[in-house]
Amino acid sequence: MSFNSFSEFLAMGGHGLYVWLSYGLGVGVIAANLILPRLSRNRLLAEQKRRLRREENA
Amino acid sequence: MAEKKWLPRWFFQLASPRWCYQITGRLLPGLLLLTLLLLAVGTVWSLLFAPADYQQGNSFRIIYLHVPSAIVAQSAYLLMALAGAIGLIWRIKVADMVLKSTAPIGASMALLALVTGAIWGKPTWGSWWVWDARLTSMLILLFLYLGVMALNSAIENESTAARAAAILALVGVVNIPIIKYSVEWWNTLHQPATFKLTEKPAMPAEMWLPLLVMVIAFYGFFVVSLMQRLRNEILWRERRTGWVRELLNKQ
Repeated sequence: MSFNSFSEFLAMGGHGLYVWLSYGLGVGVIAANLILPRLSRNRLLAEQKRRLRREENA
Repeated sequence: MAEKKWLPRWFFQLASPRWCYQITGRLLPGLLLLTLLLLAVGTVWSLLFAPADYQQGNSFRIIYLHVPSAIVAQSAYLLMALAGAIGLIWRIKVADMVLKSTAPIGASMALLALVTGAIWGKPTWGSWWVWDARLTSMLILLFLYLGVMALNSAIENESTAARAAAILALVGVVNIPIIKYSVEWWNTLHQPATFKLTEKPAMPAEMWLPLLVMVIAFYGFFVVSLMQRLRNEILWRERRTGWVRELLNKQ
């Protein structure tokens, strides 16, 4: 462990802003890349199922 | 057909959208789990256990995001250009879909590399941005990705869009060696590569081991995200086929 206390961990030796900003953005970019395709898959499946039902009823 | 034996069967199966959809569906859950595990281990290791740099202090920890995202941004570009070439030469639809699906992920990785680089540059170099060769060629990489995305969304016809995007992707490959050797060809503030195939890393193992974990985790993440996007693209383009109809009915 490189830190003695939690507040020291947060401060990152005075570089807290830079480190946490970077890691926050990293988490955001990765999460967005994993979640957005999942959402568009759900939307796509719902749309196509609706289309299929419409075509069967027509 | 004996003369075709020199290529394995899966190589030809890759050209089938249905087979690609099924195989990626089987691989995805395990790969996602492994990726999340590696990301968690790598992040805790790099934030808590890796030692601070004796000159840069704790801002050094940004390397664990900056280097993996830059490596994946460049590898993804090569994959995208390769898919573009395969699509142009053999007119394989799956290759067009890989080309289209890779671009947004690669763009986000290039952007992350640039932004974390800027944030790291401020405390280290005293400046968010310098117009040196490495940073500029990385910015061009981002623009190439954005160009491929723009072509794909601007051109209505899918195969025309794929051809235009493939040509742009292939022309842009020239930028990859420029990025790689920019730190050797030009004077720069940017430090040279951490990992080289021929030499041991210049930093101690406590520093580069978590970096290696993060690089592998980022590759895993790229593969997972690419598979997700590719599967959506396959479903969309094959929506009128019997197998997708069957799949929709089963759900």
